[in-house]
Amino acid sequence: MSKYSNITVQGYRRENGRVGVRNHVLILPVDDISNAACEAVANNVKGTLAIPHAYGRLQFGEDLELHFRTMIGTGANPNVAAVVVIGIEPGWTKRIADGIRETGKPVAEFSIEQKGDFETIRSASWKAKEFVHWSTELQREECALNELWISTKCGESDTTTGLGSCPTVGNMYDKLLPEGITGFFGETSEITGAEHICQKRAINEEVGERWYKMWKAYQDEVIFAHQTDDLSDSQPTKGNIEGGLTTIEEKALGNLEKIGRTSQYIDILEPAEAPNSGKGLYFMDSSSAAAECVTLMAAGGAVIHTFPTGQGNVVGNPIVPVIKITANPRTVRTMSEHVDVDVSGILRREKTIDEAGDDLIEMIRRTANGRHTAAEALGHREFSMTKLYRSA
Amino acid sequence: MSEIPHLLVHEHADNVGVVVVEGLTAGTDMLCCVTHDNSTFRLTAGADVPIGHKIALKDLKEGDTATKYGEDIGKIIADIAKGGHVHTHNCKTKRW
Repeated sequence: MSKYSNITVQGYRRENGRVGVRNHVLILPVDDISNAACEAVANNVKGTLAIPHAYGRLQFGEDLELHFRTMIGTGANPNVAAVVVIGIEPGWTKRIADGIRETGKPVAEFSIEQKGDFETIRSASWKAKEFVHWSTELQREECALNELWISTKCGESDTTTGLGSCPTVGNMYDKLLPEGITGFFGETSEITGAEHICQKRAINEEVGERWYKMWKAYQDEVIFAHQTDDLSDSQPTKGNIEGGLTTIEEKALGNLEKIGRTSQYIDILEPAEAPNSGKGLYFMDSSSAAAECVTLMAAGGAVIHTFPTGQGNVVGNPIVPVIKITANPRTVRTMSEHVDVDVSGILRREKTIDEAGDDLIEMIRRTANGRHTAAEALGHREFSMTKLYRSA
Repeated sequence: MSEIPHLLVHEHADNVGVVVVEGLTAGTDMLCCVTHDNSTFRLTAGADVPIGHKIALKDLKEGDTATKYGEDIGKIIADIAKGGHVHTHNCKTKRW
């Protein structure tokens, strides 16, 4: 037993046993051309949330599988109480609705062809209203902190993320993973420069070798295939360089501080894949672009995201609260409306990493209980699908 | 620590440190702290260096390795005097 063993949160226990910390009624478009109908339904029925996106037509192969996995995973996330799915035609619409239905939560699907937007919006609005009445009577109940699935990804990193905010997340994982939470980290391109260290952080050699193969495949198939210079002038980013990061190695070493001193990952996930090897830390093969990465981890089932930032990335997510942590005093001074956990005291040597980790755990507890994050309060709902290659 | 440090260094093996205060000017007698064990030393800043940017802890020569977190973070591509600003103009990844 540690002092973290008895922490509880007030969460929503879903039909499949998972614990959510938000209670959204989602209006989910299968494809880009169904966005308008979804937004109309969300406008008709208050308390619902449409999440328009750019894709879903003429995709094929692995890219189509990723699309389905992202859609189904987003609807299945325990922060979502019920889902209205709208697509242009019934086939893919049903496939996504049925995938979400496996969780046991209420799902209704509507397709537009042979009805038009008006009729679709009318019938979907009735169902959405029914879901809102039902979901708003659901009660939060006491759940163990270790039932939460907590993801991390950093953004607009600088040298202060490696000194302060990333080790704060790492300290949280070092404390809570032994208690039984499920964790996610990723950002495949951003491990470049520290891949030798990341490989060794696997629970065993076999997992480490699989990790390395995944990382190498990304290097060969994406970076080298489309290379302009270095990491194609994007790693480090312009913001990273402004913040003092010089090389991808320096950035990667700071990034990897997010898994702390002792945490080891137990398996590797495809983008948007849900963990299925039990409790523990997972590496998700994912983009390092903030909104894409958070979207993939939310689709994998994370219910809270911890986001260290240096220069001040403002990203949020429609269904998962994103907790912003910064150690950069200039960012605290100039962008405080975006900051949930100020750990700049680490740089002044007024606060230890251990104390900062406890501060973050306390903010996770409060966020799980319902406190809106800065990103939620400011309306940041970036839902960005990852696409593997161009459509047919 | 009663005085706030100007520069943080991750490990004793490192040859660069990070400016953690805004508005650092050349000539400042910096309090430097190694975060690994909170040991301190002093160093004079050789340039105006923005918060978050790096300073050389000793004279670095072209071809040297820049070390941070106790790890190789790239190569020095132009000589840097102790206290000088280390960034993309004089340090680069070894990969490409």
